[in-house]
Amino acid sequence: MEIIDTDIAIVGAGGAGLRAAIAVAEADPSLKIALISKVYPMRSHTVAAEGGAAGVIKGNDSFDSHFNDTVAGGDWLCDQDAVDFFIREAPRELTRIEHWGCPWSREPDGHVAVRPFGGMKVERTWYAADKTGFHLLHTLFQTSLKYASIERFDEYYSTDLMVINGRCHGVTAIEMRTGQMRLFKSKCVIIATGGAGRVFPFTTNGAIKTGDGMAMAFRAGAPLKDMEFVQYHPTALPGTGILITEGSRGEGGILVNKDGYRYLQDYNLGPADPWPRNKAMELGPRDRLSQAFWHEQKKGRTISTDHGNVVHLDLRHLGEAKINERLPMVRELSRSYVGVDPVYEPIPVRPVVHYTMGGIDTDIDAATSVEGLYAAGECACVSINGANRLGSNSLTELLVFGARAGRNAAEAAKHGIGATDDRQIQAAAQAAEDRVLNLFRKTDGDESISGLRREMNEAMEAGAGIYRSEDTLRASTETLQQIRERYKNILLTDKSNVFNTDLVEALELGSMIDVAVAMACSALQRKESRGSHQRLDYPDRDDSAYLKHSLARYSATDVPAIDYCDVTITNSQPGERVYGGVGE
Amino acid sequence: MSVRVSELEILRYDPEQDEAPHFQTYTVPCHDDWRVLDAINYVKDELDRTLTYRWSCQMAVCGSCGMAVNGEPVLACQTFVRDYPQKIRIEPLQNFPVERDLVVVMDDFIDKLESVKPYLVPKEEKEVDDGEYLQTPAQLAHFKQYTACINCLLCYSACPQYALTESFVGPAALALAHRYNLDSRDVGRRVREDVVACNSGIWECSFVGACSDVCPKSVDPAAAIQQTKIASTGDYFMKVLMPWKRK
Repeated sequence: MEIIDTDIAIVGAGGAGLRAAIAVAEADPSLKIALISKVYPMRSHTVAAEGGAAGVIKGNDSFDSHFNDTVAGGDWLCDQDAVDFFIREAPRELTRIEHWGCPWSREPDGHVAVRPFGGMKVERTWYAADKTGFHLLHTLFQTSLKYASIERFDEYYSTDLMVINGRCHGVTAIEMRTGQMRLFKSKCVIIATGGAGRVFPFTTNGAIKTGDGMAMAFRAGAPLKDMEFVQYHPTALPGTGILITEGSRGEGGILVNKDGYRYLQDYNLGPADPWPRNKAMELGPRDRLSQAFWHEQKKGRTISTDHGNVVHLDLRHLGEAKINERLPMVRELSRSYVGVDPVYEPIPVRPVVHYTMGGIDTDIDAATSVEGLYAAGECACVSINGANRLGSNSLTELLVFGARAGRNAAEAAKHGIGATDDRQIQAAAQAAEDRVLNLFRKTDGDESISGLRREMNEAMEAGAGIYRSEDTLRASTETLQQIRERYKNILLTDKSNVFNTDLVEALELGSMIDVAVAMACSALQRKESRGSHQRLDYPDRDDSAYLKHSLARYSATDVPAIDYCDVTITNSQPGERVYGGVGE
Repeated sequence: MSVRVSELEILRYDPEQDEAPHFQTYTVPCHDDWRVLDAINYVKDELDRTLTYRWSCQMAVCGSCGMAVNGEPVLACQTFVRDYPQKIRIEPLQNFPVERDLVVVMDDFIDKLESVKPYLVPKEEKEVDDGEYLQTPAQLAHFKQYTACINCLLCYSACPQYALTESFVGPAALALAHRYNLDSRDVGRRVREDVVACNSGIWECSFVGACSDVCPKSVDPAAAIQQTKIASTGDYFMKVLMPWKRK
């Protein structure tokens, strides 16, 4: 097996991975960086983020306000030391990317413009029209080309972390063009592989978001934290699940049910002012808005379509000029995919799985419990998002913690890692290759990859959706364990070494099943309702028992063991989450 | 929802097994609102696990699923089956080597993208704590259109000049160089000039405009190239007439 010697291996070249790579390159140009991704960097799903990135910059705003919005938005499950670091670093990171050329939308005087966003008391979301993630990703990718020490390995699918005696020494990856396994021997590994929305059937997430990095770290001994918290975005197109940005509500869009009624006022989010009021109505947090949809649907007040029930997002009162300036992509997407021009008609929308708040357990330094292993971005849980992420915090998060992971990994790499036993690393790499080869060469088995994937999707939808309960979660957990068993019986049809997507999809499915099991088991164990995790059988938040992060630990044979660790609380004692007029 | 049976004729090529590319036909029950990508995904999931292509976002922003549908370079996620009442012929993008089936080798494009130095060369160095560079909405509007490129390669596939001359830097990379050249915060035009204004750069373009016709993001690379030609001509005369003006 070809060995690639490097100092820092970064898995994932989306926003967090690219930011980490640049941070390493700037910290110490002599460090060799291998930036490994299963896709070309600009294909990474950061590209699909639309609305913006939060950071305090205006005179009417304060760090305290961003801190309080984030902690309350997360239903007090955020680690407050991490949030504090995050909100202070946010404007610096957003300014840095401005210095790198990001085409942020501007005010008439040339300063960066901000827009309101859900759950944020003050407008603090920087935006580049409604293509913020796209611009951020391309700016990072293009900027990364300046640094000679960043060597990219595009279209390499990472399979296993080389963890020996609790220390990470690298990662193995399949070069997709040749089908050959490579060992990246490194002093540190940073995982930046994004979320796992694809474990659900309806998601805004692209096909690549299969939780590979989460599963890889999980299997290598790093726990997955708070996996029960999955965000439904309240406004996506039916059928395709294409995201319609929260920015459209930030600009003044309203949500109405089949009677044209702004139903959010019935869910403690009113009053229904004709003007946008921050932290109220359509600018409430995503968990509350998605839950309100669920109730409206139960009451029969949604609109039925071929692709399930919808409500209407009405932007018409914004007028064509504003829609074209601030929300061009929303217009383009609505016209292309549902044949609706939002200048003249309301857009049909429904809640769709969007973001995994949980992820690889990291501390405030972006370090995992495995020495030499770091994680940042959606794949990590640091945790600034707690039980519900506020829109526009995640683009900022991948910059802040991507940079932090890069700097800390660079520091660790400079100090060396002591003696390593190459034979042990190579043996681990060989085992990883054998696992893939066995799957590749296997001639027996009667389970299909697409069939099992569909069953996994259905089990997650049935048991771990917007509202959950003991019996549905238990049923889903059992189904998922069976799927995990049946996975051993899959058979590949494609036997080519060249760009074998049958093989990659099989490996992705393995990752997704492990992540799905962690989500369902964590959700089953949390007998309370908090943020995005709503239990019909335990409708209240229970701070005495569950003001804790869950930690799922991998077992090769059994369901993951779930234990808990404390939430870091500094300034903000848990209180009631209040939105709408009463929150003023 | 109505379902219509479509015939998909897809170009297949596995360098390990095939001497030459060949077409394979699949019969797919397509829903009315399906995109070509949905139909291809159906083939992959239900009919043939060996079919190989790239895709991800399904919302025309990641740029992965560029392919030729009935000869036209398009994004498969933004092209609807209902617009093709007859047979749908699907091929890899033209002008690139085929890696396998609908997957093309992108190395040449990536090299060209890198060659134009597509990053900000700042007019003044500024510390992060000193805040952002100011840029008015009008200054932003001046280059905004050229920031919208998703690197989907459709323009290279459509470009007759790239088909003839592989060394041509090509539409997307030249448009990106132009994007930075026009940015009020940037002074990198001189650094980019070697690649952009040489014979394999803008002067290779014969202004057919096919790139702009197929661009799914209305970037209009043809306009970027023509504007760059004008700017470079200006540079040339400046150099000849007022050599002292140039550092």
